Amino acid sequence: MSTLLVLEQTLNGIQFGVFLFLISAGLTLVLGIMNVVNLAHGALFMMGAYFASTFVAWTGSFFIAFLLIIPSSVILGIIIEMLTLRPLYLRDHMDQVLATFGLILFFNEGVKLVWGVDPQPMPTPELFAGNVEIFPDAPYPVFRLFIIGVGLLVAAVIYFLIARTKVGMLIRAGASNTQMIRAMGVNIRFLNTFVFGLGAFFAGLAGLMAAPIISVESGMGDEMLILAFVVIVIGGIGSVRGALVASVIIGVFEVVGRSMLPIAMQKIFPLEIAQTVGPALASMLIYILMAGVLFFKPQGLFPARTG
Amino acid sequence: MKIKLLAFAALGALMLQPLTGTPSVAQDKEVRIGFLGGLSGGRGIFGKVQKEGFELALDHLGGKIGGLPTKYVVADTQNKPDVGRQQMDKLIKQDKVHFVAGITWSNVLAAVYKQALDNKVFLISTNAGWSQLSGKRCNPYFFRASWNNDDTPEAMGQALQGQVDNVWLLAPNYQAGKDMVSGFTRYYKGKIAGTTFFKLGQSDFQAELSQIRAAKPGSIFTFAPGGMGIALIKQYKAAGLDKTIPINTAFVVDYLTLAAFGKSAIGNFHASFWDPTSINPANVRFIEDYKKKYGKHPTMYSVQGYDAALLMDLGVRAAKGNLSDHDAIRAGMRTANINSPRGGFQFNNNHNPIQNYYLREVVADKDGNPTIVTRKTVFRGHKDAYHTQCSMNW
Repeated sequence: MSTLLVLEQTLNGIQFGVFLFLISAGLTLVLGIMNVVNLAHGALFMMGAYFASTFVAWTGSFFIAFLLIIPSSVILGIIIEMLTLRPLYLRDHMDQVLATFGLILFFNEGVKLVWGVDPQPMPTPELFAGNVEIFPDAPYPVFRLFIIGVGLLVAAVIYFLIARTKVGMLIRAGASNTQMIRAMGVNIRFLNTFVFGLGAFFAGLAGLMAAPIISVESGMGDEMLILAFVVIVIGGIGSVRGALVASVIIGVFEVVGRSMLPIAMQKIFPLEIAQTVGPALASMLIYILMAGVLFFKPQGLFPARTG
Repeated sequence: MKIKLLAFAALGALMLQPLTGTPSVAQDKEVRIGFLGGLSGGRGIFGKVQKEGFELALDHLGGKIGGLPTKYVVADTQNKPDVGRQQMDKLIKQDKVHFVAGITWSNVLAAVYKQALDNKVFLISTNAGWSQLSGKRCNPYFFRASWNNDDTPEAMGQALQGQVDNVWLLAPNYQAGKDMVSGFTRYYKGKIAGTTFFKLGQSDFQAELSQIRAAKPGSIFTFAPGGMGIALIKQYKAAGLDKTIPINTAFVVDYLTLAAFGKSAIGNFHASFWDPTSINPANVRFIEDYKKKYGKHPTMYSVQGYDAALLMDLGVRAAKGNLSDHDAIRAGMRTANINSPRGGFQFNNNHNPIQNYYLREVVADKDGNPTIVTRKTVFRGHKDAYHTQCSMNW
């Protein structure tokens, strides 16, 4: 395998990592700040993709679809928060898991009632449809570079919001001592709804960004949810910085491992065995990584609550 | 003493009755049929279009299988083997069906087939191509309205043999993925540039595409059903690989996925047993009525569903409505004398269709929208690779 290909695979890994960050950013916010295990995050991601497909079909514009995704995903998030999560804040995590798992089932079947079972069309926006030659003879899709850009922008926005604004200050305060902030006269209920709406927006945005490259269909968020949980467990629950670092590590680890491992296996084992063991081992890689991180740092790479 | 013996005999007969279960339904004048499809979940689309085809055939038969009053029951496997088992159990014990059609996935078929066959219920696969049921596990009660997993890639291998050199193979890492690769290489004898087995359900293929581009193969062959295939083709186009390395597929591009692909499918070559452009009257009627009923173009999976209902009808007619005469029903079905949209076909000794396979291409119609045309007939009356392992002879 040539050096150039290794470099290209590393870029692929970083790109996949940033994409994972887009998905896990909202999840880690909600889990870290509100202390709520939100399994419905993958469903919100799926809804974002379905909304995007519909809005693009209506308007023909990816940008207008983006503008419409903001209110639609936030409103959906707020409705979910008010109807299902609000009564459960004081209850056990298990109750939240059950309720949000129910939401997954609800949305997976719901989209089929509204949109039908067929996968939905979603073209790549014209502006980003081309290729650029970052490496010689290896045109790279512009849309994938766009994903990296959006992911980094989201990281910057979240950092600014949490660390530099008054709302961010209240959120941090609410996360570390709910009783105290309530005694100070802050409407914690409103704050929770705000954070959940924000998380829903990031999920919806990830759905919008994913829709042109993967299949928009019922259940598309389930697999992503698992990856997002791996990210936040490795990164440290609630830490946005941790989520970013962990995403990129996982992305590179997964992609480089996936492409190199079967080749390496063929050098050790006969072809027949290598073709079976290689892919099987490659699909376990990130979980092995997770187990390793948890062994040495049970709190994750960047333990939360410290910022 | 004699009376006592008679009483015991009668009691014994009564006790045996539910076990053998035939005499009481001998005068049955109602056909009970079940459609056991994978209807829900993300992959429910395959089951749905099979069911649509099946129900269109019921319409064409006036709602009557073999001219008899027909009770039609639908059950959902949810594409899960365990749920499939429960539902098959329900169809057999509660609904007391004579025929079951359906099943999308090989692993579900492997879990449910025994219940049907042991209870002497005719089972017609409308998709699942698990090859063991064509080989040593072939059974007088099992028929296929579809194909074996490796039949279609065999056609693709034959079509590419001598046409391209140095093919890269790409398939998910599970049984059907391996079947497809071995089917392809059974007829394609050229050089293999490399083989990638990816994780079942994978949605990001950028790494695989980079690797393939670096290896510079002459062509790609892939089997990637459902969302995997849609993601793969989208990303293949986005990476600009379509300009240098052509991709050939099995079970990726069909009318089922054409809307989701949009224009990105144009130029794709794939193999199928069904020629949608055929002007045989059965096919024209099938497409027209399907469009009228469901407002969309039928898929190859709908053809499989459609033919399953026609086969049931054929069997019951051959038995002159005597539903307990299984031999007559079977003999009727074996003639495959139905008006199939795929054209004429025969059953091999293992009840797998001996049928044509076509090379099809996606082209732009006059409005620029993708549509499928047939380029050539790759196999005429193709026999599957397993029929020699089947001990059934008739």
